[in-house]
Amino acid sequence: MTSEPAPLILVVDDYADAREMYAEYLRFCGFRVAEARNGNEALEQTFALKPDLILMDLSLPGMDGWEATRQLKADERTRHIPVVALTGHALAGASEGAKKAGCDSFVTKPCLPDDLVVEVRRMLSLTKPT
Amino acid sequence: MTPRQPARSLSRATVASSRDAVRLELLESYLIHQDDVARCAQSSLEWLARHAGVRRSICLIVDRDPGTLMGVAGYGVPAEDVDLFAWPLADPRDPLVAALSASGNVAIRPARANGEVGRTSAGAPLGAGPFTAIPLRGARERQEGALGLLLLRQAAPVSPDITWLATVLGQKLDQILGRGSLSEEVRKLRRERSLLFTIINSVTDPIIVTDQTGETVLMNAPAEELFTVPSQQEESAERSVQANDAHFSSFISGMLLGETGPGEIRRGEIGLVNPTTSELIPVEAIAGKVLTESGELTAVVTILHDRREALERARLYEQLKLASDGLQARVHAAATELATQNELLRRQAIELEQASRLKSQFLANMSHEFRTPLNAILGYTHMLLNGVAGDRTAAAKRQLQRIDSNGRHLLTIINEILDITRIEAGKMPIQLSAFNVNDVVPEVMAELDPVISRSKLSVAPRLAPDGPLVHSDRQKVKQIVVNLLSNALKFTHQGGIEIAVQYDAPPGTVSISVSDTGIGIAPEHHERIFEDFRQVDDSPSRQYGGTGLGLAICGRLATALGGRITLGSNLGQGSTFTLTIPVDAPQ
Repeated sequence: MTSEPAPLILVVDDYADAREMYAEYLRFCGFRVAEARNGNEALEQTFALKPDLILMDLSLPGMDGWEATRQLKADERTRHIPVVALTGHALAGASEGAKKAGCDSFVTKPCLPDDLVVEVRRMLSLTKPT
Repeated sequence: MTPRQPARSLSRATVASSRDAVRLELLESYLIHQDDVARCAQSSLEWLARHAGVRRSICLIVDRDPGTLMGVAGYGVPAEDVDLFAWPLADPRDPLVAALSASGNVAIRPARANGEVGRTSAGAPLGAGPFTAIPLRGARERQEGALGLLLLRQAAPVSPDITWLATVLGQKLDQILGRGSLSEEVRKLRRERSLLFTIINSVTDPIIVTDQTGETVLMNAPAEELFTVPSQQEESAERSVQANDAHFSSFISGMLLGETGPGEIRRGEIGLVNPTTSELIPVEAIAGKVLTESGELTAVVTILHDRREALERARLYEQLKLASDGLQARVHAAATELATQNELLRRQAIELEQASRLKSQFLANMSHEFRTPLNAILGYTHMLLNGVAGDRTAAAKRQLQRIDSNGRHLLTIINEILDITRIEAGKMPIQLSAFNVNDVVPEVMAELDPVISRSKLSVAPRLAPDGPLVHSDRQKVKQIVVNLLSNALKFTHQGGIEIAVQYDAPPGTVSISVSDTGIGIAPEHHERIFEDFRQVDDSPSRQYGGTGLGLAICGRLATALGGRITLGSNLGQGSTFTLTIPVDAPQ
């Protein structure tokens, strides 16, 4: 391990089994992980922790993932943080909607933890230089 | 012999006779101032009709030049017959010729069976006899005999008035003829009358000219057909003619008695009968009065216009109008019905669309609901297999793999149902791009590589030379071929599979066929395997897995690309599924 701390990933999902599963696997793979259960918590955590990447489930109670993403992308302080949208909605247009809201990448559930980690690493490597 | 008359009648006749004598004197004075042969003759015949009861008569004059007796005037006789009357003087035994040389009046009995006398090409002017011929003589005796004849349709003897009139007329005619040429005068007259006949005969409507008493003086050929008995003389024909006469007479008397002023015409409808065919002929009679210069009525001209055509036209028009009205009503009813149906259909379409949208929404939601737990199942299984919570025993790993493969199968089913839903909802957009169909084959094989290597079957690509370039949806073409190949792998236990690409220039299509040496499909099942949720073996105990949606999806996708999937197979002889798509997919 280098002196640089492991990247911090914020996992936003209202479904505990999924959220905890991804969190656990990300930790297992060496990432630092924070969790949020809805859009409001996601915003609070983001401003507080400044994660390196956000895994955002889109269908959330209260403020949903689209709205949370729009707010984060509208804010100077959080705009640079890559958002990987995560959704069980596979209908055409879902990915378009996510892109419109400002998501940088889109992953359809079910997504195996392995595949998710691959995508997280890919997104991090894209943003690292900036 | 005439029957004996009672004394009272006789005395009245004598009175009448003395009055007639006065009138005869008037005629004489009239004739004195006339120098026209035809007019003199005509006036005399009219006098005979009015005052001596001679209803039919004709005046004939000898024309020495061609040697004929010519008609110059007639009464109660078709004018045409008078003018065309020309009887040769050649035969001295002929009753008419003989009468010219007689000293007094000559009674002529009907010489022939049909009773015609002085037969001309136009027929007998006076009809059946008996006749009396009165020679017309001048004041001076002439070697050649009488200068003409008065031919009356009346038995001899005749009254002294008549004889006297003949004398006066004869002398007057002699006087006129002594001054000039008869031939010239009569011929001129004939020319004029002949022209008149030509004209009225060329009119197709019957024309009848009657005198002031209602007696017919002239009719054209079409009128003759209605008012003269045809030569066959059938009883019915005669009755028809009589009926026609009666109808016409009543119309004419209405004209004569009515208040029709000069220049006015009288119209009326008469139902006539064609004597030959007994056909009913409704006619419109149009009559006008002919007045002399002094305003005296001399004739009535009547044209009979056949109304059958007009009536038929009116009837047809009425029928047509009725039919048109009916049609219009039906069109209107149909249009109303159509509008109602359209409205109904529109509402149904809206309802259907709503239902379809609801179904799609429901399935999308269901799909989401399925995915969420499945995501956890597959995810945790994977984590366990990856040793996140420590190493597993071989048995546990095998069991975890079962969970994993079943979870994946469930996911496939969910995805396929979602595909069907998308296609049906029209939410499967076609994304066109240009690509080489040959390139799709290795990609498909790469995707199914794990299955291929597990099956131990040989999969041989046979690509088209020059790689056909198409403009279609690459992703969908690939999805179809993946499905066809995975089916082939599933249902083939030994042998091999071939994927062939072929380009057919004339129709401009590309086909990709997947042929296997598998179990095959009986022809009776060829259609149903493309239906939703269908496999050849639908039983719960079936040997092969799958949702039964794969081919249904492929079929729909092929249709969306403007193509189709065909199948050639027989039980136990392998199958060949062929996707054929146009080089240019419809937009």
